[in-house]
Amino acid sequence: MTIRSILFGAAAAALLFVAPATASEGGGHDGRPPRLSWSFAGPFGTYDTAQLQRGFKVFKEVCSSCHSANFLYFRNLGQPGGPSFSEAQVKQIASGYQITDGPNDSGDMFERPGRPSDHWPAPFPNEQAARASNGGALPPDMSVLAKARSYHVGFPGFITDAFIQYQEHGVDYIHAVLTGYGEAPEDVHVQSGLHYNKYFPGNQIAMPNPLSDGLVEYTDGSPQTVDQYASDVAAFLMWVAEPHLDARKRIGFQVVIFLIVLSGLLYFTKKKVWKNVAH
Amino acid sequence: MEGHSTYQPKNKVAQWFESRLPIVGLVHSSAIAYPVPKNLNYFWTFGAILSFMLVVQIVSGIVLAMHYVAYAPVAFARVEHIMRDVSFGWLLRYIHANGASMFFIAVYIHIFRGLYYGSYKAPREVLWILGVIIYLLMMATAFMGYVLPWGQMSYWGATVITNLFSAIPVVGEVIVQWLWGGYSVGDPTLNRFFALHYLLPFMIAGVVGLHIWALHHVGQNNPDGIDVKSVSKDTVPFTPYATLKDVFAIAVFMIFFSWFIFYTPNYLGHSDNYIPANPMSTPAHIVPEWYFLPFYAILRSIPDKLGGVLAMFAAIAVLAFLPWLDTSKVRSARYRPLFRIFFWIFVVVAVGLGYLGSQPSEGWYVIVSRIFTVYYFVHFLIILPLLGFIEKPKPLPASIADAVLAKHAAGGATVMAGASAPETK
Repeated sequence: MTIRSILFGAAAAALLFVAPATASEGGGHDGRPPRLSWSFAGPFGTYDTAQLQRGFKVFKEVCSSCHSANFLYFRNLGQPGGPSFSEAQVKQIASGYQITDGPNDSGDMFERPGRPSDHWPAPFPNEQAARASNGGALPPDMSVLAKARSYHVGFPGFITDAFIQYQEHGVDYIHAVLTGYGEAPEDVHVQSGLHYNKYFPGNQIAMPNPLSDGLVEYTDGSPQTVDQYASDVAAFLMWVAEPHLDARKRIGFQVVIFLIVLSGLLYFTKKKVWKNVAH
Repeated sequence: MEGHSTYQPKNKVAQWFESRLPIVGLVHSSAIAYPVPKNLNYFWTFGAILSFMLVVQIVSGIVLAMHYVAYAPVAFARVEHIMRDVSFGWLLRYIHANGASMFFIAVYIHIFRGLYYGSYKAPREVLWILGVIIYLLMMATAFMGYVLPWGQMSYWGATVITNLFSAIPVVGEVIVQWLWGGYSVGDPTLNRFFALHYLLPFMIAGVVGLHIWALHHVGQNNPDGIDVKSVSKDTVPFTPYATLKDVFAIAVFMIFFSWFIFYTPNYLGHSDNYIPANPMSTPAHIVPEWYFLPFYAILRSIPDKLGGVLAMFAAIAVLAFLPWLDTSKVRSARYRPLFRIFFWIFVVVAVGLGYLGSQPSEGWYVIVSRIFTVYYFVHFLIILPLLGFIEKPKPLPASIADAVLAKHAAGGATVMAGASAPETK
């Protein structure tokens, strides 16, 4: 019994160490997005504030001209575990947008500068307007996009992913699509109005390549390249989709440590109680 | 196993109360004095783990219901409101969503433990059938719960599953429209699913009460599958022995649970369910939650729609007849060398069906699904009835006390009669 438990434990432990090694080899080929190393991955991961601020800039200047993010509020931008802008900065960002409010006492709708309690203004008033401006395609809402996208991992990766805590399918996919534009291979006929993309399912995407080197100005000295923009905005979208990730992982560690100690104490208590009973 | 309670209140007030409502005595006889076989292994802690999970789901679910709105145009946004703006709402929702999976992991271990050690045999047939009813209620509850976030998989999963009833001849269409409350899955469907999702857990709790009542009336089975001969030699009182063991097992299970809640909360879900429900756009692959996959594979393996639906329901219904399909008098697989082999083949087939259910229905997947589906039924309808006549069981120990003594006499790891039994003590 004891030997079997030890063997089982050893096998489980071996799996834990072997799994990351085998899993990290996957990706990058056969149309699967490469797995990047993200600051928020793993049990101790946290968002990189500077990266979120850069990603926000890309989102604000590029993505948000077509994509909405209806669950994102200006106030979120100042919350801990996010881009952590100061209160004054959040107010300034919000006031840069005109929000339709009302009706006022005379029954009219009116425009006013945005406040932190407003949600991120959508670029189009409705789905039809969005489609009309985008060649019939609807730019998806970005609020939970980083959790709403994934890619096929297959066996045995989908099992080992649970052990290595790989949860970044969506961000890796977003980064891959943003960097996956290029000339179509000769045997691929791209329909008019669509664009070739290595990582988009079906390889034909309605969104034109949104990024180019030097498009967004960074003030912190980070490289102004498509790859950097793509990583930064993907990280930002992960935060938009999962704003409490930092707290979740921090609390998780405390909970797990507590439970391990509790289990240990319970185990020895149980052992002592059962000591004189053959079982 | 059960007698009149030995509980004798010393306090006058307690005596007065006990003679009018003997509820303290009931708790004493069923949770403290209740005799538990000495030789139970950790697979017997899953009953306690399941009770714990039911409480976790009900408590987290009630708080979630305080913040959720079952109205199709806002349901998705309300779930995101819980995730973003409710204090620790993300924790509640991840507990509840992953809790459903933990519930099923625990129930599958619990069921396979029953299959391995023959816990369904006389006198535990009613106990077993109550368990099958709980399992059915759990599946209905989980299915309706998955619809509530109103994402793409919620919507299309609900569409596929409710459409199964349209396979019923003549009245099928009418039944489906009655279930939907309209001509497609929509707001009325969401509303009634929410109402039922709130109701069913309490029905589960009721049947769990009966399940435990039946258990305490006939007594627990045990790894040797033999009856308790002497309460003093073969058993220990539930408290502190089983209580402590159960609490320890629950704590370890919570570590496993925490891994999912805090580190991989979306691993067991589907990314498409973060896309709001859209009746105009069908997802590329509609996949149910992992715990339904074996039955989904059986459904798809039959080329005929009605046949598939019948096979799927039969796959669950056959469990209720198991006490009479298994003709062997010996309960535990420890003493059934042939059954043990077929048990593990069955485990592989069941897990294999789960994998096949997650794959697209094409190519060799279809062929293997069909073979496995046939084997699933062959196991219950042919192998188990025949084994009782063919198999020569090993000699049973005279009593639980003897079995325990024999194990300790032989010493070390080589003793196990059931060497392949998945036990960790």
